Amino acid sequence: MNPPVLEIRHGAVAYDRPVLRDVNLTVRSGEVVAVLGANGSGKSTMIRAGLGLVPLAEGQVELFGAPLRRFRDWQRIGYVPQRLGAGGGVPATVGEVVSSGRLARRGFPGLLRAGDRQAVARALAAVDLTDRTHDPVASLSGGQQQRTLIARALAGEPDLLVLDEPTAGVDAKSQEAFAQALRDFVRHGGTVLLVAHELGPLQPIITRAVVVHDGVIAHDGAVPHPAGHHAEPGHDHVHPHAPQDPPSIWGRE
Amino acid sequence: MNVNLIEIMSLPFMQRALLGALITGLIAPSLGIYLVQRRMSLIGDGIGHIALTGVGVGLLTGTSPVLTAIIVSALGAVAVELIRERGRTSGDIALAILFYGGIAGGVFLVGLAPGKGSANLTSYLFGSLLTTSATDLTTIAILGGCVLAVTVGLRPWLFAICQDEEYAKVSGLPVRALNLLLAVMTAVTVTVAMRSVGLLLVSALMVVPVAAAQLVSRGFGGTMTLAMLGGVISAGAGIGVSAGYDTAPGATIVLAAIALFILVAAVGTALRRRRRADTGPAAVCEPPECVLDS
Ligand SMILES: Nc1ncnc2c1ncn2[C@@H]1O[C@H](COP(=O)(O)OP(=O)(O)OP(=O)(O)O)[C@@H](O)[C@H]1O
Ligand SMILES: [Mg+2]
Repeated sequence: MNPPVLEIRHGAVAYDRPVLRDVNLTVRSGEVVAVLGANGSGKSTMIRAGLGLVPLAEGQVELFGAPLRRFRDWQRIGYVPQRLGAGGGVPATVGEVVSSGRLARRGFPGLLRAGDRQAVARALAAVDLTDRTHDPVASLSGGQQQRTLIARALAGEPDLLVLDEPTAGVDAKSQEAFAQALRDFVRHGGTVLLVAHELGPLQPIITRAVVVHDGVIAHDGAVPHPAGHHAEPGHDHVHPHAPQDPPSIWGRE
Repeated sequence: MNVNLIEIMSLPFMQRALLGALITGLIAPSLGIYLVQRRMSLIGDGIGHIALTGVGVGLLTGTSPVLTAIIVSALGAVAVELIRERGRTSGDIALAILFYGGIAGGVFLVGLAPGKGSANLTSYLFGSLLTTSATDLTTIAILGGCVLAVTVGLRPWLFAICQDEEYAKVSGLPVRALNLLLAVMTAVTVTVAMRSVGLLLVSALMVVPVAAAQLVSRGFGGTMTLAMLGGVISAGAGIGVSAGYDTAPGATIVLAAIALFILVAAVGTALRRRRRADTGPAAVCEPPECVLDS
């Protein structure tokens, strides 16, 4: 079995009230894992906890075999947040935002080399935004902004991509292109953990799906079918804590 | 008035005043752009308030007010950063207490200082460019150089932490250290600008040139360059006008910056209208996808 690249053991997270109670998730090298669940079930919280952005009340996180606290190889991770960061009082071009994806590779305070520029250009081409490089991000549509964030993550040439709803608001053609980019990424040895509501063209490349529900991982295995058609004993591994009736792809709403 | 102006500008103290103002005009927007990007434009104003307590400490203890202003405002800026980092809703109140405590503390301490005078206080609140000594100018130049080294030299990293702090963390950047560095540099900038525009007007020179630059620029780098240029132009024009009409240099510089903003806004609007009329609707759209197929 391939080595784990991201592992959450007995993870618990509480904001004002508990969101995750006891999450166990292992993503191994080469996998493409989809995280499913209802709005507010804690999907973003789980992957953000896995990256150290949300503190765990209990449990541990390991990245590439190292405890989070001692992990330093951040250039191996590309993160695509659910939405553009709060910053943005000043206009920034698509090229500038995507270039910041190289900073982990450049080191601090490293110089911008030709290789960095080429990686940025490749990432922009992969999401088909090359001709928008010098446009302000704010002038882009929501789907194009999402693609900018994907390009930023790709620019760092990571081993693990963690994406939070990368295809939300992205049109069918761009979803196909994105699926193709992910396929290439995986073929070159990449690992993917992505949150999604609708898998669409991504479906064939997903190797495993986990469903977050009621603070735990309620399903871990094959991609569940939409409500009603989930009883597939051969594939389904229902977590012991899960309620009797396994949740649908949407969780339980 | 022209001959007069040249004559006045040939005086050494006016030249020092001009140089001091130009340096401030260059560095204040280079730092302010990061505050604007974080939508914290008014923080510079608050740090200025806190710096006044530093001035009070300096006058009271007989040490250099610039030194004590840097130390106290740096401590204040770090406190502000820690409050911001927590992201507390009560942070707002904490900031208010810090800022008004700062200015009240300053006025209080200056009152205790020997040889007190409201003239003294006014010079820190609204600047005192004309009394800039050669030593003052050296201090301003050195501190200004430090600020520029950080704001321009570390631009990609500071841009990243202000644009998307969480992403910067996942990139493994020393986010905390960079935030604290930015906070300290804000304090240094405030102290440098204290001499030229005064603590109450510092924030204007940090923010207004950036606002003007944004009206015409498309990216962060471009905004920064234009803002620094605008800051220098405002400082030069402000000194010129204040020498010609014998007005307060600090206030005149700030008014010049605002005038520049209005000018850029007017010209920008006119140009955009022109361009629209020339090219017609120019919505950039991607090639249509086949809706029927999918
Ligand atoms: N910063 C926060 N402070 C307080 N509560 C939060 C915070 N972030 C998320 N929550 C709460 O935690 C719960 C899970 O949120 P999360 O964003 O992880 O859900 P999600 O599964 O990603 O939902 P979506 O499908 O809408 O993206 C929600 O009830 C939300 O209100
Ligand atoms: Mg989410």
